[in-house]
Amino acid sequence: MVFEGLSEKLQQTFKKLRGKGKLSETDVTEALRDVRLALLEADVNFRVVKDFIARVKERAIGQEVLQSLTPAQHVIKIVHDELTTLMGATQSRITVSSRPPTIIMLVGLQGAGKTTTAGKLANLLKRQGKRPLLVAADVYRPAAIKQLQVLGEKLEIPVYVQEDNKNPVQIAKAAADYALSHARDTVIIDTAGRLHINEELMAELRNIKQTVKPHEILFVADAMTGQDAVTVAETFNNELGLDGVILTKLDGDARGGAALSIRAVTGRPIKFAGMGEKLDALEPFHPDRMASRILGMGDVMSLIEKAQNSIDLEQAKEMERKLRKEDFTLDDFLEQLRQVRKLGPLDQILGMIPGMGSLQKKLQGAEFDEKELKRTEAIICSMTKKERRDPSIINGSRRKRIAIGSGTRVQDVNRLLKQFVEARKMMKRLQEMQKSGKKPSGFKLPFMH
Amino acid sequence: MGFFDSLKKGLEKTRKGFTEKIEQLIIGYAEIDDEFLDDLEALLLTADVGVPTTNRLMSDVRQGIKNRSINSPEDLRPFLKNRIREILTNDASLPSAAAGPQVMMIVGVNGVGKTTTIGKLSHYYKENGEKVLVAAGDTFRAAAIEQLEIWARRTGSELIKHTEGADPAAVAFDAVQAAKARKVDRLIIDTAGRLHTKSNLMEELKKIHRVIGREIPGAPHETLLVLDATTGQNAINQAKLFGEATNVTGVVLTKLDGTAKGGVVVAIKHELGLPVKWIGVGEGMNDLRPFQAEDFAEALFGDK
Repeated sequence: MVFEGLSEKLQQTFKKLRGKGKLSETDVTEALRDVRLALLEADVNFRVVKDFIARVKERAIGQEVLQSLTPAQHVIKIVHDELTTLMGATQSRITVSSRPPTIIMLVGLQGAGKTTTAGKLANLLKRQGKRPLLVAADVYRPAAIKQLQVLGEKLEIPVYVQEDNKNPVQIAKAAADYALSHARDTVIIDTAGRLHINEELMAELRNIKQTVKPHEILFVADAMTGQDAVTVAETFNNELGLDGVILTKLDGDARGGAALSIRAVTGRPIKFAGMGEKLDALEPFHPDRMASRILGMGDVMSLIEKAQNSIDLEQAKEMERKLRKEDFTLDDFLEQLRQVRKLGPLDQILGMIPGMGSLQKKLQGAEFDEKELKRTEAIICSMTKKERRDPSIINGSRRKRIAIGSGTRVQDVNRLLKQFVEARKMMKRLQEMQKSGKKPSGFKLPFMH
Repeated sequence: MGFFDSLKKGLEKTRKGFTEKIEQLIIGYAEIDDEFLDDLEALLLTADVGVPTTNRLMSDVRQGIKNRSINSPEDLRPFLKNRIREILTNDASLPSAAAGPQVMMIVGVNGVGKTTTIGKLSHYYKENGEKVLVAAGDTFRAAAIEQLEIWARRTGSELIKHTEGADPAAVAFDAVQAAKARKVDRLIIDTAGRLHTKSNLMEELKKIHRVIGREIPGAPHETLLVLDATTGQNAINQAKLFGEATNVTGVVLTKLDGTAKGGVVVAIKHELGLPVKWIGVGEGMNDLRPFQAEDFAEALFGDK
């Protein structure tokens, strides 16, 4: 990969500079050349990059390098800070009208993900205790209305539809009235997507805006968009006056430079990020994480937070204590497995760790086997409590019973038991190594092949 | 309206963006200096050509200046046009079925226009007198089947569908059987949009590909990756990973009328050798055209 790790590249650039106290202009210029490439590779608009680099340069020259940092790290810190600032604060709130219904209008290009996002947003608001109404105002794309209806059905959220009406302005207006008379406090209008050069669509959107006076106009944008993001966002903002942005398809591997471009030209906050195909995969947008991602530094923060949410701290401490005392049982092992699984598919977790991006591809499917994980879980669950506490009592007939109970073969049970014993040994060794400060090697859990 | 005119018209925005900028650039400078080259580089980058390909083109330009094939800013346009045409030219011939239906599989990420492209493709082949069968292999997205159904009706193609949530490999299997039994000339199989980073979904795609190949050896004869022209450098990753999963034979570049840039094509061909086969230049049934490097470069850099 051209850009796996800006930090490493900068480290290279700065090798010869180690120990300097202040960042000179030459240092900064050299470092920023790499930063510029990183941003361009991430699809940040060229104009935006130029402005940004100039800004950072001004800030960085002459700065005292923090003692704990190398010059490279220091430049990255400045770049990262500046990028985070530029992207604004986390602001995932929707303006709520004092007089319901609150009307939200979703706009954007074809294929950006408006309809899916409408569903996700409605779901999010519903979970926050709102009573949303979805409105199908995309009367052009074949089956767009049907798509929204299916989503509404899945979410148990009503969808306002006028099958025969081809006038989205009338539909939107009628929907707002419907919401009022049916006590729906939030109206989400899914508008038609077009190419922005289409003046007809813009006129239609302006008409809807004037008629229903939405409280929020949210621009839905694809995170994979290239240089053109600037033009599109600018056009929509000029024509309609945007209130915020929702970035979709961030669960892919696009570095998402479009986020910075859109933010730069519209000045509007990015409120939410679409993170997957499931209908609950709409998350608040985090500027600092986006900064790391654009720079190609991995989504460290996301991973940390995810891990914190998923793994119970108390449990973790208890586990550690057990490990030390060597009374690590199959029960604990199962617990650990489950916690790992709670984090999500392993290959996706790996993608969030800096420097693991390329590794992730190699690991996909083959190395971390979710099925194997499930099988392991089934085997342990088929053991009695006594067996889990003391695997040494598991004899031939017990093995047979466990295999039948878990739908596996005796060989599978044997393998698991062997691996468990090894894992226990490994963990012990790992602890000793930690104490002596050595790096672990060849550490394997049973679900790794 | 001939092919050339409509292509030009569709590409007008692209062309305007690109050529006008180059022209402005040329008018602005009496001679080639470093600043001129910097601006030229900026221009290529803003067209989504990407850093590696831009670097390559820039070094070609520098070389051209050195060996005197570029003497003034005016020489630049024909020079670049030639270089881009060279990169884009595809000499690989189309694989075709010895007998029986020609099978095409359409893949891509979400929202690039796969289903619409299938509608347009089936229209194109119908016009050519072929008997076309389409398979609604996107069983995931709500109402995707209905969308394809509408297209099938519009174009007069036959359709094989299951219900939403059905196994797409089973749809493909049925479609291949039907294609053989009904003696159609062409089978076009839709797939659900998926991000290339989702390994389980890519496995599903591999399975569909495998099932088709088992029923008709050598099929799918073509696997087309649909790319949205507004996509940036991520398009290269998409092409790489979809290619690994399904042996992609070509690219369909959609929404080309909506963007001022066409550079992503150059990058993909240059970096992966994957040729563009079709371009989508509008929303109508007729707005899908076979891609021709010569014409594309001509329309991009040619005289008005």
